[in-house]
Amino acid sequence: MPSLNDYLLLSAILFAIGTAGVLIRRNLITILLSVEIMLNAVNLTFVAFGRELGAADGQVIVFFVMTVAAAEAAVGLAIVIALFRHRESLNPETFRTLRW
Amino acid sequence: MTPFYLLAFAAIVSSLLVIAQRNPIYSVMLLIASFGALSGLYVLLEAPFVAVTQIIVYAGAIMVLFLFVVMLLNAPHEDTDEDLARREQTGVPSTSGLRVFGGTLALLLGIELVWAVVEMAQASASTPAAAVSSVAEIGVLLFTEYSFAFEVTSILILVAMVGAVVLARRDESVD
Repeated sequence: MPSLNDYLLLSAILFAIGTAGVLIRRNLITILLSVEIMLNAVNLTFVAFGRELGAADGQVIVFFVMTVAAAEAAVGLAIVIALFRHRESLNPETFRTLRW
Repeated sequence: MTPFYLLAFAAIVSSLLVIAQRNPIYSVMLLIASFGALSGLYVLLEAPFVAVTQIIVYAGAIMVLFLFVVMLLNAPHEDTDEDLARREQTGVPSTSGLRVFGGTLALLLGIELVWAVVEMAQASASTPAAAVSSVAEIGVLLFTEYSFAFEVTSILILVAMVGAVVLARRDESVD
């Protein structure tokens, strides 16, 4: 059986990959995907701790995180569509002004 | 032992490829693969219901939304000059590799879904020991201890829905 540490390490690696994606990439869609990787790394931590403590609470929190992820994806993608319509680009460097 | 390392390796490699890909369509497909590996890990963690939700809601609904937007925007590459030049030279890239990958992925996710459901049935068969993984206990917790958070979540979804519609709507006054 893999220990709790193994799951936490995997979760940390995935979270680091997601953070790197947000910081490195210059594509709005890929940045949103990296945020999803980070949310999933956190979910893994919740489930691993929940199993370790013998409580179902960890799994319940995961459903709330999934809901937040769905809401974030819907609003984020709507913003991406609006921005793309405006500038014909997905590069965040293109959007320099707050003025619409 | 071995399934854990296999799934962990798959999750890490596909997540790395997600941020290494230049084409967002491949990124989305690889992220679905990563979520598949994670849902396998949830089955190993005796949380088959989370695994099923991960496949159906995350890989099935949220990622399809991403894929839909990527295809709608039709802006496959980052806007650097060499990308645009390469696209001019090669023309429209072939999609046969993507199709094979997507088909294999769908098959694997289907197998994984069956695995999670079988695990769920076995857990509920041996009742007292596997109380943690039972769907009933999650449901009871959700509607007793976490009922307030549950209701707030419904408002969150409503706000997100209205926000998405307002943001993505074409502004008639400008056009």
